[in-house]
Amino acid sequence: MIEKLLVIEDLHKSFGTLDVLKGISLVLEMGQKKVIIGPSGTGKSTLLRCVNRLTTPDSGRVYLDGVEITNGKGQLSKLRQQIGMVFQHFNLFVHLNALDNVRIGLTDVKRMGKKEAIQKAMAVLEQVGLAEKAGSYPAELSGGQQQRVGIARAIAMDPRIILFDEPTSALDPELIGEVLMVMTQLAEEGMTMLLVTHEMGFARSICDEIIFMEDGKILEQGPPIQFFKSPKHDRTRRFLHKITELYGQGEGEE
Amino acid sequence: MDILVKEFPSLLQGALLVIKIAAGHLALGFVLGLILASMEVYGGKIISLLGRTIQKVIRGIPALVLLMLMYFSLSRLTDVSTTFVAIVALGIRSAAYQSQVFRGGIKAIESGQMEAALSIGMRKLRAIRRIILPQALRLVIGPWSNIYTMEVKDVSLAYSIGVLEILRRARFIIRYTHGNALLLYTVIALFYFILTRLGNTLLYRLEAKLWIPGFERREKIRWSRRKE
Repeated sequence: MIEKLLVIEDLHKSFGTLDVLKGISLVLEMGQKKVIIGPSGTGKSTLLRCVNRLTTPDSGRVYLDGVEITNGKGQLSKLRQQIGMVFQHFNLFVHLNALDNVRIGLTDVKRMGKKEAIQKAMAVLEQVGLAEKAGSYPAELSGGQQQRVGIARAIAMDPRIILFDEPTSALDPELIGEVLMVMTQLAEEGMTMLLVTHEMGFARSICDEIIFMEDGKILEQGPPIQFFKSPKHDRTRRFLHKITELYGQGEGEE
Repeated sequence: MDILVKEFPSLLQGALLVIKIAAGHLALGFVLGLILASMEVYGGKIISLLGRTIQKVIRGIPALVLLMLMYFSLSRLTDVSTTFVAIVALGIRSAAYQSQVFRGGIKAIESGQMEAALSIGMRKLRAIRRIILPQALRLVIGPWSNIYTMEVKDVSLAYSIGVLEILRRARFIIRYTHGNALLLYTVIALFYFILTRLGNTLLYRLEAKLWIPGFERREKIRWSRRKE
């Protein structure tokens, strides 16, 4: 039986008179990875933020493993623990060092004992290759390192799914690789992932489906090979052309 | 000068009372100020409006009038000391002022910090306590030293409701010795000056101690020249 982990049904959201999401539906099965692409301002980030309700949608429903996220308040923090999020600008807690950034969710949300939490946080930092930076504050880390701590912070909570909101867009080109490597490793371990990214090489190699969004709607979606070879819409083709110009084909990348 | 030696115990008691009231009302203002600021920023419509209104009303009333109001209302209702009334009245006023200092600090923290905290399943109140305030408070030590400096000196207003602080004691001495006014007022001025300097020094030490990488810091001035 295929388990539908995340179900998004007919999501609508507007900010004032601006309609950002105009009816988005989407399903992620356990272990699936889907990449959302599209021009800026089409609601990709808003869509992700509706999934863990950092933004409250106007209508439509979101379910995580059958439990509705879009209604009720009491369960929200419980549900959010199961949905990791990685931000474009990392959003590491500025006043905490790398270890404490990863640890605080364990002690303060999961109520884990301090000793155990530190052990686990260290193990996760190890996983992203930053064990030796445990004592460094965010300002002392490079962008790539900060983002890897951001990913570690999400992983440590043992989420069912992780949302990535343009995780490499704020990084210098030479730092992107280390972050993509951690993400690839995570993908290979079977994590369910919903990503907004323009790293096409990465998308090609790990994702099950590419979703092209424009103007608050899903214009086209399909497996990467089909998507890149024969996009159905002219608009998709033009967009793909543009980003491959900018970001390259990515075939040589991991 | 003999009078100073003779009256030293009395003046010292007055001085200690000033310190007690200052510590009490600043602490009360600190706690209530944090609550007011959090209400204003994170409260949602109704709670935010409530916080805003409280803060506006209190800041619009002179401290002296607030003291009188509290004195006549509290002491009529219950049997409380004037010292207690002074701490409450000045504390409430301090809360209103401190709330705006804290609000400035909270607003200086990027919204991404709260979002990241929520995204790992932290509840809002805990996120305020564990993520927002530790950063915001570090930022506002400078402006808070203004609050300290002004409000420590305002303890002398407690004189008006009969608190036996240093000023009132000095007035007694002046009255029964028919003189020494200049001397005693100078002593009081000196006392407040030392108290404010001392507090400020400690606050700036605290600021330096709590510094985190990534924050700006005050240039350290070394007066002694070092040979390199």
